[in-house]
Amino acid sequence: MQILVCVKRVPAPGARINVTEDGQGVDAAHLGFTTSPHEECAVEEAVRITEARGGEVTVLTLGPPEAEEQLRYAASVGAHRLVLIPIEDVDWDPQRTAAALTEAIGGLEAADGAFDLILFGNESADAGGFQVGVRVAHVLDRPIVNGIKSIEVGENTLSARREIDGGFEVYELPMPAALGVKEGINLPRYPTMKGRLASKKAEVGEVAVDTPDGGQTRLRLYRPEEQVSETVILGTGPDAAGAVVDLFEELGVLP
Amino acid sequence: MSEFPERARVVVIGAGIVGNCLVGHLSDLGWADIVQVDKGPLPNPGGSTGHASNFIFPVDHNKEMALLTLESQRQYEEMGTQTISGGIEVARDEVRLEEFRRRMTSAKAWDIDARLLTPAEIAELVPFINTDVIIGGFYSPSVSVVDSLETGTLMRRKAQDAGHLQVFANTEVLDLETVEDAIGIPRIDAVVTNRGRIVTDHVVIACGVWSNRLANMAGATIPLTPTVHQMADVGPIDVLAATNNEIGYPIVRDMDTLCYERQTAGSMEVGSYAHRPIFHHPDTIPSNEESALSPTELPLSQDDFDPAMEQAIELMEVLGDAEIKYAINGLLSLTPDAMPVIGETVEVENLWSAAAVWVKEGPGIGQLVAEWMTYGYPHLADPHGSDIARLYPEERDYDHICARCGEHFNKTYGIVHPLEQWESDRGQAKSPFYSREEALGAVFYEARIWERPQWYEHNAPLVEKYGIAERDTEWDSRWWSPIIDAEHLALRENVGMVDLSAFQIFDLTGPGAVAFADYLAVNKVDVDVGRAVYTPWLTPGGGFHSDLTMMRLDDDHVRVVTGAFDGGRDAFWIRKHMPRNGSVTVTDATRQVCTIGLWGPNAPAVLDPLTDASLNQQGSPYGWVIDAEVAGVSCQLFRISYVGDTGWEIYTSWEDGSTLWDALWEAGQAHSIVPVGIGVYGLTGRMEKSYRLMGAELESEYNPVEAGLARPRVKAANFIGKEAYLEAREAEPAAVLCTLTVEDNTDSQGRRRFMQGGNEPILTPDGERIVDAHGRVSRVTTAGGAPSVDAYVLMAYLPPEYAVVGTDLLVMYMNETFPVKVAVAGPGGIFDPADSRMKS
Repeated sequence: MQILVCVKRVPAPGARINVTEDGQGVDAAHLGFTTSPHEECAVEEAVRITEARGGEVTVLTLGPPEAEEQLRYAASVGAHRLVLIPIEDVDWDPQRTAAALTEAIGGLEAADGAFDLILFGNESADAGGFQVGVRVAHVLDRPIVNGIKSIEVGENTLSARREIDGGFEVYELPMPAALGVKEGINLPRYPTMKGRLASKKAEVGEVAVDTPDGGQTRLRLYRPEEQVSETVILGTGPDAAGAVVDLFEELGVLP
Repeated sequence: MSEFPERARVVVIGAGIVGNCLVGHLSDLGWADIVQVDKGPLPNPGGSTGHASNFIFPVDHNKEMALLTLESQRQYEEMGTQTISGGIEVARDEVRLEEFRRRMTSAKAWDIDARLLTPAEIAELVPFINTDVIIGGFYSPSVSVVDSLETGTLMRRKAQDAGHLQVFANTEVLDLETVEDAIGIPRIDAVVTNRGRIVTDHVVIACGVWSNRLANMAGATIPLTPTVHQMADVGPIDVLAATNNEIGYPIVRDMDTLCYERQTAGSMEVGSYAHRPIFHHPDTIPSNEESALSPTELPLSQDDFDPAMEQAIELMEVLGDAEIKYAINGLLSLTPDAMPVIGETVEVENLWSAAAVWVKEGPGIGQLVAEWMTYGYPHLADPHGSDIARLYPEERDYDHICARCGEHFNKTYGIVHPLEQWESDRGQAKSPFYSREEALGAVFYEARIWERPQWYEHNAPLVEKYGIAERDTEWDSRWWSPIIDAEHLALRENVGMVDLSAFQIFDLTGPGAVAFADYLAVNKVDVDVGRAVYTPWLTPGGGFHSDLTMMRLDDDHVRVVTGAFDGGRDAFWIRKHMPRNGSVTVTDATRQVCTIGLWGPNAPAVLDPLTDASLNQQGSPYGWVIDAEVAGVSCQLFRISYVGDTGWEIYTSWEDGSTLWDALWEAGQAHSIVPVGIGVYGLTGRMEKSYRLMGAELESEYNPVEAGLARPRVKAANFIGKEAYLEAREAEPAAVLCTLTVEDNTDSQGRRRFMQGGNEPILTPDGERIVDAHGRVSRVTTAGGAPSVDAYVLMAYLPPEYAVVGTDLLVMYMNETFPVKVAVAGPGGIFDPADSRMKS
């Protein structure tokens, strides 16, 4: 089975993200970079499927030359082929990104045949546009479902589940297909030391693609006001019991 | 939480291992009003302690670090925060095995259990190690793992329970305010934080990688740089998980690849000191909020770590399939000479540094700094190697710090010779004779920042003349030349000239100068104008702080002349103790005055034609300074000698220095003059005479009675340490400084060996350690040749029962023992014991 996973290099989440003075980018002085968490899960899912059924995982990214790190990371956890669409800017808008991916995928498929499955993250961790996967699938004329938390591969079809309030929606898709997966679909492995060392030797293919700007323009980034959570100390020891009961009543958690 | 205080006796900034241990010890010593702040949360505010590997290998060649580490282990054990795991350093090549034999010697000195292991014996302790790549090991069963965060919490709680300490986390220091005292020296006054301002008498900066930024707020400096140390936690690993233990296998240090492997429950922590040095500036360290993990756990720069991973897998194949769960560029603090920087800052009174300290010595340093603040000087150990005052301004320059740290980072597990020289950023301070010395083939060694000729290739032909042999082993020959011994014999036969311009010279002037000088010194400085006095300066506890010369140059002028290694510490001591009433002015004349030592039987004959001064013992008596014109240059002639020969220290102005040098050189040709390096002045010359050296024989752990430097009478005037000194004179000394001769230096392979003076233990004929009544071990303080008497001599303190001339003992060197004999007990050398040369 041939699976393509599209990933994006993003600033590592978990810390306060500062914006550059001109408001056009993220101040990366103190930041590490990583693969968008949804996509990390997508790579893990693809590797697990090929481990079970055979086949190859190709990982494709559009990004600065440094995005090679994210491709190699994917190789260190089991991806087989790596392809980079190098760009000079920090980021492209979703329309342009989707067009570039589509073009690159077309080239890859023309050479080696169609991918049975294309996986995207549900949305990128930085821009969060929710667009690229859908746009690519639409142009390639393949079915796509977002928000996927489980995939089962059949003979010529896929069964994919998406969480909804109080349950799941289950989708059956004919292959070739595309899915947008969400964190939680699996617990991605860490690279092993051997995996990391082997990934250094992995070949990274490059595809040069230039597509015109899409319609979306970045005006400026702002960092939202920090949400300050207030801590109220209700008391210490047995003296606090009354206040705790009052609070529980207020929250309606007492029978 | 309590109200933020407006006033405290002391504010400790930082709640890492050092700050926490410090508040615990301050509380124990009676400091009742301590405030501790940290910008981060507790118990892990985000500094280096939070990601420390927390293991302790106690064997260290350096006495100060060994004693502090052992004391720290004792305190961790007492607090129940220590687990003994054992540790093995493994060798991949033969050179390392020789280093292990040196480590066995240091282990013996500090009474630490240790043994050498074969690869098979290593595999018994660590079954998953690849014995194909190692050839032996050094095993320390007492290596331990500690919980540094819990230790910190316990230390804080102890002080809090005593009612002595208030702690404020998430409190950032914004400014340190100073006021000037009566003579314009800044003194700490207040700490400004985001929660309020605290007026305080003392401030201690225990902020690890941020220390210098904090110090700068007060106009002070703490010379260190935040530096990356990479580590990764890999697992799960079945063989480790099966121990069901946080640490079930000995820690392995793969010394030749500069890596370690340390079990943490089911995982292995792999750390490296092999990658390129990566420095940060304190201002570029992210805040707690900006950090994904913590400010000192930065994202791993993976490419730098890959070689370490390859080597780790080579040593332990089981690591290859382990997942990298956590990997960081961890920040720690490095200083230009790799020692901590602790003590009162030289720029700001009552502003203290407790920085660049590892978890392994944290509790000991906490105690040491607390004692220092309480008693005026520590009791636990002599801190001169860590004293922040040792560093000259040139050593506080950021580029210099990075150059030196860049050089020693990869030597963290290195094999460092006791005389090893720095390569980077040399030539900071040169004497006016530097170019002439270069022309004579001087091989320069550094005394802190000062370049001094160690020997001169110009004198190479003398090696044959005097029949000086090469040494048999590379280690003993490293940083040594037979030319040194040849220069020595040439000086003894004819005359030598020694560049002493690295002397640090401080002039005390004003109506209070003489009285102040007497307050500093054990020996009487209020002597006739023209007399010079060799004298110790003591700590309040009666141990040595300094030993130096004080010259009474005028009614209200005393000149202090001290060595290049101690100029910073002595200048600080002067400033700290000088009267605040303006009666004394201190001037640093180091770069105005240069000095040539002219010694040897022909010294008077060289000097006489150049001067009208009378050079006999009436005109230029021993121990006196006279003004004289030499070759038309205004000079001061001080008849004294640290090499035990007739002659003078000749002082003149920096500008006239080269004229003086040329005149002596020319006049000396007829008398076979040779340029002589510090290899003679600092070692062979003084060793034949058993002259003591500050930092070697003379430390705050010993007093003048033990060092054989007590004079028959005690002056009436008060001086620092007098009370303790008087007590020491009344008591039987617990140790006596002795000179020993090596009776046979042939090792088991038939090679002649030469101890390097690196704390080699002196043993009884049965091979037992010798410890005095105060618990101090007998060890070599200096080792060196005595070419005039064809001997190799050692100095060591011995308990009185061994300090008897003729006593046969052993010295351990490279894990072998060699017979030695006590040649002199107390003062006096083995060459010219009557001092006939000096007084001729």
